Amino acid sequence: MANYYSDHPELDFHLHHPLMKRVVDLKERNYVEKDKYDDAPVDYNDAIENYKRLLEITGDLAANLIEPNSESVDLEGPHLENGRMIYASKTFENLKATRQAGLWGLSMPRRYGGLNIPNTTFSMLSEVISAADAGFQNVWSLQSCIDTLYEFGSEEQRQKYIPRICAGETMSMDLTEPDAGSDLQRVMLKATQDADGTWRLNGVKRFITNGDSDIHLVLARSEEGTKDGRGLSMFIYDKRDGGVTVRHIENKLGIHGSPTCELVYKNAKCELCGERKLGLIKYVMALMNGARLGIAAQSVGVEQESYNEGLAYAKERAQFGQKIINFPAVYDMLATMKAKLDAGRSLLYQTARYVDIYKALEDIQREGTKLSADERQELKKYKRLADAFTPLAKGMNSEYANQNAYDAISIHGGSGFIMEYKSQRLYRDARIFSIYEGTTQLQVVAAIRYVTNGTYLNIIREMLEHPVCDCFQSLKDRVEKMVSEYEQVLEEVKAEGNQEKLDFVARHLYEITADIIMCLLIMDDASRAPELFKKSAYVYVNFAAAEVAKHVDFIRNADAANLAYYRQAEAEEAENA
Amino acid sequence: MSYKIVVLAKQVPDTRNVGKDAMTAEGTVNRAALPAIFNPDDLNALEQALRLKEQNPGSTVGILTMGPPRAGEIIRQGLYRGADTGWLLTDRLFAGADTLATSYALATAIKKIGDVDIVIGGRQAIDGDTAQVGPQVAQKLGLNQVTYAEEIIKIEDGKATIRRHIDGGVETVVAPLPVAITVNGSAAPCRPCNAKLVMKYKRATCPMERPKEANEYTHLYDERPYMTLNQWSVADVNGDPQQCGLAGSPTKVKAVQNIVFQAKESKTLTSSDADVEGLIKELLNEKIIG
Repeated sequence: MANYYSDHPELDFHLHHPLMKRVVDLKERNYVEKDKYDDAPVDYNDAIENYKRLLEITGDLAANLIEPNSESVDLEGPHLENGRMIYASKTFENLKATRQAGLWGLSMPRRYGGLNIPNTTFSMLSEVISAADAGFQNVWSLQSCIDTLYEFGSEEQRQKYIPRICAGETMSMDLTEPDAGSDLQRVMLKATQDADGTWRLNGVKRFITNGDSDIHLVLARSEEGTKDGRGLSMFIYDKRDGGVTVRHIENKLGIHGSPTCELVYKNAKCELCGERKLGLIKYVMALMNGARLGIAAQSVGVEQESYNEGLAYAKERAQFGQKIINFPAVYDMLATMKAKLDAGRSLLYQTARYVDIYKALEDIQREGTKLSADERQELKKYKRLADAFTPLAKGMNSEYANQNAYDAISIHGGSGFIMEYKSQRLYRDARIFSIYEGTTQLQVVAAIRYVTNGTYLNIIREMLEHPVCDCFQSLKDRVEKMVSEYEQVLEEVKAEGNQEKLDFVARHLYEITADIIMCLLIMDDASRAPELFKKSAYVYVNFAAAEVAKHVDFIRNADAANLAYYRQAEAEEAENA
Repeated sequence: MSYKIVVLAKQVPDTRNVGKDAMTAEGTVNRAALPAIFNPDDLNALEQALRLKEQNPGSTVGILTMGPPRAGEIIRQGLYRGADTGWLLTDRLFAGADTLATSYALATAIKKIGDVDIVIGGRQAIDGDTAQVGPQVAQKLGLNQVTYAEEIIKIEDGKATIRRHIDGGVETVVAPLPVAITVNGSAAPCRPCNAKLVMKYKRATCPMERPKEANEYTHLYDERPYMTLNQWSVADVNGDPQQCGLAGSPTKVKAVQNIVFQAKESKTLTSSDADVEGLIKELLNEKIIG
């Protein structure tokens, strides 16, 4: 029987990554709960076995329920009924099955009813579910909002809300408003306090994914008269209290299973989460970083499914007297899709492991245990790595998902344009990945400081020290060449000292960085598991070398003086004048 | 009210995706080439049992299965989905049983379990396809029986209201407890395994399933009673060895033949109303549709 987890041994490889030992030892606090909870692991291998079982259950559901339901969900979509959002009928089936399988509140500590799984495992589950239905993955994976409530909410709030998420209640993060999209500092939703201290919300939110959820985290302006991010706080809205209605559900290009709602808050009772004024600058940043990793996982799922669809079709379809998979033009596309998938996935899980280590250390600290000097150092190191890698993982994978979905259609030829084939849905679904939770352009903004301050270069230099298998030495030589080109061109841009030029070429610098890091990761993977990654290592390095050369050439020729040729506003203004 | 429910379940070779090595040269099922699975109809039965447990708090669901030690997996699969316990009938004396000997063994075990309100199993197993075992168990225990069940609608005042799948429609019947029910494959599919329960029971085994050498988890069997599944021999259920296994099986297979359909007869129909009506009537009469 098909299983979206066990059918792809690459996932199992990442589950057994050497860094997982540290991740799990920290997350399980050296297996202290083994005698307290029947489902707690007794040691590292037991924990990995648990994750594997969890992935198998999810892979089974993904392949045999969620995927078969996906077409119907895509066609039906959610609808509005008396101010409430009603999911597509098969979405209810999916939700019921994930609840019965116990796939809710997974990351939460066992004392609240969770399974205490690390982010890396959660991301794998996300990937598997997304491959089956990217829209449903949103509805399901928004449960990870609970991480933010756990981190910043009070103990009372934890006890009140976390068990409900573990039982399968859904979540949403209500951030965007008509005038506050990428620029969340402009959020206007008003939070005021009654005389008895009860907080109330009034206003409108737009583009809220799964907006009619059971428990919302809401960004609102609590400080009257303020205009920037420092006047915003985070609130918990419980649907049981009422006060929020759905005014409209967006009709979207893709991810039809994921309802996008416009919400109206009328004196909606809510609770402050954490401290006032830290809503955007601290809590939403944490929320967004988690969500970005979620989109990276969602993207990898679609990268995989697009590759699978393209591969299956290319093996079946014959033209000019042979199967089209034998044509170089076709196998080149497929090999590149697979290479992007393997490299992008490696970047995703490396990022997730970094997040896991620092989050676990932070949590240990929060519980009141004093960290040793080494542990504090470790926390700092992995937090920096996680912050630096998250925008790469989100930006690159969301673009790769789009590219793979595009190529899957190309392989299908005319059939790819026909609605009966799945490729068109993957293509439509993927389009949002590089937009929501920060567009690719904003991922570049988040990453560029690590380009210019040398953080990435240091990481790359460190990664270069990893020995690779002898058979990859020639590939490594090519990567070293890329790195020296990167260093040079970066120096040149910095020496120019022109901010607009830097902003202008930032996307190119960002991509070079990501290409090089993914080359190093895939070579590392291929050295440990050549049977899985040897081909992709070669194909990816070859692909990346051409990409890097292209970007370097572009940057070198984007003379600051020539930016005028690019500026569009000026030209328009000139015409108007 | 709470009820004691026993689910009859069988580990079967997965005959749904049969490759060319599915049969041995001798014409028997090549069990090595086919994955062992939970008999599909038995999963439908398990779902009905679990729903009864949810609707009637305090009820218990136990999985009763017979087979080699590895059939302990059937009990685990039940526990993963919410069953409370299970019993594996395993003994060389049970081996080679036809439906008569199987139902004898199961009925004897159910007597030993005692005070069972509901015995429920799938309509038939995909390896033998006889649909005899459920009714035979009911007969041996003197229980009321309802076959082809699709849904147990409710249990009230000691009576089960059950919807049956019958030719051309459905029928709702009421049966006093204790009752034996066989469930049709068209009933609701079984729920997925629950992650926490899988983590809890993944190493739960019958003693005979365990590897001989101790490993890092062996000590758990002493510390956690739930990790040892019940394993019963013929003697454990006070069975008569003469009625078990091969000895208790009057069925004798004389020969097995591969049948290839070679009908050559054909009819040509036009699209006229008369021809179409004639065809529909013929198919109805032959019970091909209806």
